[in-house]
Amino acid sequence: MSSTRRVTIAAGTLLLFSFVGSVLLLRQVDHLRTNATIEQVLFISSPRALKRMSLGYDGLLADIYWTRAVQYFGTAHHSTGNYELLYPLLNIATVLDPHLVPAYEFGANFVGPKPPNGAGQPEKAIALTEFGIRNNLNEWRLYYNLGFIHYTEMKNYSAAADAFARGSEVPGAHPFLRILAAQMAQHAGESDTARMLWTTTYQASQDPSIRANAVAHLRALRVDDEVTKLESTISLYRQKTGRSPSNFAELARAGLIGGVPLDPLGRPYNLTADGKLEVRSPDDLPFIQKGMPAGYVPPKRPKLLPSD
Amino acid sequence: MNGRIFQIASNTFREAVRDRVLYNLIAFALLMSGAAVLVGQISIDIERLVVINLGLTAISLFGTVIAIFVGIGLVSKEIDKRTLYTVLSRPVQRWEFIVGKFLGLAGTLTVNTFFMAIGVFASLLYVSHRLHRADGWVLAALYFIILQFLITTALALLFSSFSSPLMSAVFAFSLFVIGSFAEDLRGFAAMTGGLTKWLATGAAYLVPNFSALNVISSVAHQQPVSGHLILYNTAYAVVYSAMVLCGGILIFQHRNLK
Amino acid sequence: MGASFFFGAAKVIMTAIDILDLEKKYTTGFWKKKPKQALSPLRMQVEQGEIFGFLGPNGAGKTTTLKLLMGLIFPTSGTARILGMELSDPKMKAQIGFLPEQPYFYDYLTARELLHYYGRLSGMDAKGLSNKITTMLDRVGLGDAAGVQLRKFSKGMLQRAGIAQAILHDPKVVFLDEPMSGLDPMGRREVRDLIEQLKHEGKTVFFSTHILADAEALCDRVAVLHKGELRGVGAIADLTSSVHGRVELVWQGTTIPDALRALSTECRLAGETVRAIVPEENQDTALEIIRRERMRLVSVTPVRASLEDYFVARLKSDAASAGVQS
Repeated sequence: MSSTRRVTIAAGTLLLFSFVGSVLLLRQVDHLRTNATIEQVLFISSPRALKRMSLGYDGLLADIYWTRAVQYFGTAHHSTGNYELLYPLLNIATVLDPHLVPAYEFGANFVGPKPPNGAGQPEKAIALTEFGIRNNLNEWRLYYNLGFIHYTEMKNYSAAADAFARGSEVPGAHPFLRILAAQMAQHAGESDTARMLWTTTYQASQDPSIRANAVAHLRALRVDDEVTKLESTISLYRQKTGRSPSNFAELARAGLIGGVPLDPLGRPYNLTADGKLEVRSPDDLPFIQKGMPAGYVPPKRPKLLPSD
Repeated sequence: MNGRIFQIASNTFREAVRDRVLYNLIAFALLMSGAAVLVGQISIDIERLVVINLGLTAISLFGTVIAIFVGIGLVSKEIDKRTLYTVLSRPVQRWEFIVGKFLGLAGTLTVNTFFMAIGVFASLLYVSHRLHRADGWVLAALYFIILQFLITTALALLFSSFSSPLMSAVFAFSLFVIGSFAEDLRGFAAMTGGLTKWLATGAAYLVPNFSALNVISSVAHQQPVSGHLILYNTAYAVVYSAMVLCGGILIFQHRNLK
Repeated sequence: MGASFFFGAAKVIMTAIDILDLEKKYTTGFWKKKPKQALSPLRMQVEQGEIFGFLGPNGAGKTTTLKLLMGLIFPTSGTARILGMELSDPKMKAQIGFLPEQPYFYDYLTARELLHYYGRLSGMDAKGLSNKITTMLDRVGLGDAAGVQLRKFSKGMLQRAGIAQAILHDPKVVFLDEPMSGLDPMGRREVRDLIEQLKHEGKTVFFSTHILADAEALCDRVAVLHKGELRGVGAIADLTSSVHGRVELVWQGTTIPDALRALSTECRLAGETVRAIVPEENQDTALEIIRRERMRLVSVTPVRASLEDYFVARLKSDAASAGVQS
């Protein structure tokens, strides 16, 4: 075999082995550094300086940070449930590109709520959204987001009303905004208002995480409503017969309900011995206020993402 | 065999020196002293940060530029100028030539980095009047930068073995930029699906992982560098460079010289 | 073809260069459709210890052949062996030297550094290398320029440096591509003398050139290449004697007999001496005339055709009818 052939075979084999080796080592390194690149975000004390240093390529850098933020949220959701880097990442992304509307939306939905549903920093969420509004005056979604945070986290209904009202002035705004502005004054705490709010969130956004979160909330509202209604039906039965029903069949025979009631996931409710209503799989229905089994402790990581 | 590789390597080093590559050290020295003096006006805490960030970034960039611009000519220049004729008619194997060139340029860059490191530590001493324990991690960052140079040199050499200097420069520079965002690329790939996922993942693993070799900002903030990371990064740089060099060798082996 | 046998301490006799149907085809054109035959299958041998001239006009394929032999390009088909060893064998390469046409060297090195580099690459020991370099530099006339960077060398000096690196490691076979190019007459003479010295040292010299005078002066055998094809091979003496054999007759006299004038291709009278050139076949008739006229014969000398005549004839002849003579 000529030496050329020998060298070719040796080099080719070594190339294959080193490629495999490099892939394996890369996985190890990635493992060691899971959030290292993202944690460096904490070292960027001045996003504005970063913008200047990016020499005009801030759009690309913004996209990179935005994608990092989404990825970070997904990984944090499945591991630590701690989203402390979410705001810095979104902050940098929006300083680099102030017109990155999806970033503001994401911040409004997930920076405000308390852990484990979010980062628990509603003031920062408000600051972020207001920055977005200043730079995107005609983006009705941002006014909506601002009102949303004031409503859900700050319980500041007049500020929410104000935001919704401003947003409803923007041409092309969702019709619910005007209604929500009006509702805030008197019916703020009602479930209809909440339902309208979450529906608007669902319809306003394309982001799958935001939508899944909205759906989860809407389901929870439905469960709360249905459980309330069923509880009053059970009281009626007790009034009529003087005792608690032991199953839904009795209620049906009494003509009070049509059939076995199903929860929003299609599973039948559970009627306990002492006349209490429970959902069968509470883990799949985060955010419910009623119908939780006795002694139920919600999981550390609520199932609110499409990946759950 | 080793004698020949050493000869080629030292000749490559000599060429770099006589081509006045090392003059970049002067530019670097000016930059560092200018920065140190300027920064001396600001508050204490930021001085160290700026010196380390600026110094290490400059070392990384200067060195990468040298690695690319000298590297792309390593083979193509010898083919164009036909200096290779009298070398390959001797008992020098083509693969020895490639390895020798690689070691020569890598050696040049290491020497270059060594002098620049002295400059950085001198500036550090000047602005903070003493060295802290955490400054030791700067050495780890420097080591990683040298590993980065190994990979960049190997890539430039690979391109030099088959493509013109201009295209080689474009390829090498592009890979440097993409490699700096390699971790993000792997993240993107994980989020896609189907055929795109396979292609993107393949590309993401093929691209050099410069993001893991850049610990400049953590070191500037006095964060330690994990021993495991040092180990794995070293192994990765060696293995990846070997892979790239093998590619270059395979191409060069079968090339008809003009 | 020389065979290589090993009988105990018996000398190994083999051809220095053995080329067997070596061919090189280039595909040109955008779709790689037009093949260019740089070298048609070449079959040739060069014996050890001879000076072999490889002749041909520019573009004939001489440099292609040399590049194939040096392993710089790869053949489309065919093989070759040097000193019985494969072209890629490092042991073989340690025993050959190569001077390329219009050589370029690392211009940032001095002559001494260059030879040191090449010497070490050829496997020479570091010990004593310095002295050998000094000797070699003196031998090629670069003794004064040992410490000068090659970028300051003239063309002639570069050529000398090239020769130095080709023979520094005492190779058995030396390949020279246009070794006289760029040299003044003094330089050419020196190179010619050097090549003869190499032969006396027992080396084989293979050199390609398009200057026939050099080949004629130096070579034992030559080959003629044209458009990638071998048009003729043989010892100079044989080649030139078989073409246009003529005889030069010199006699003392003041007149040229008409009969003789008719027989000659040229006649010249200079003072009291006449020189006539007569075709070989007419030689006896001419001598008879001289004897009859009682003119005093001074000399009868065969006139060899010049190599140039052979060369031009070979170039004109059809490839099919080109004989391989040895």
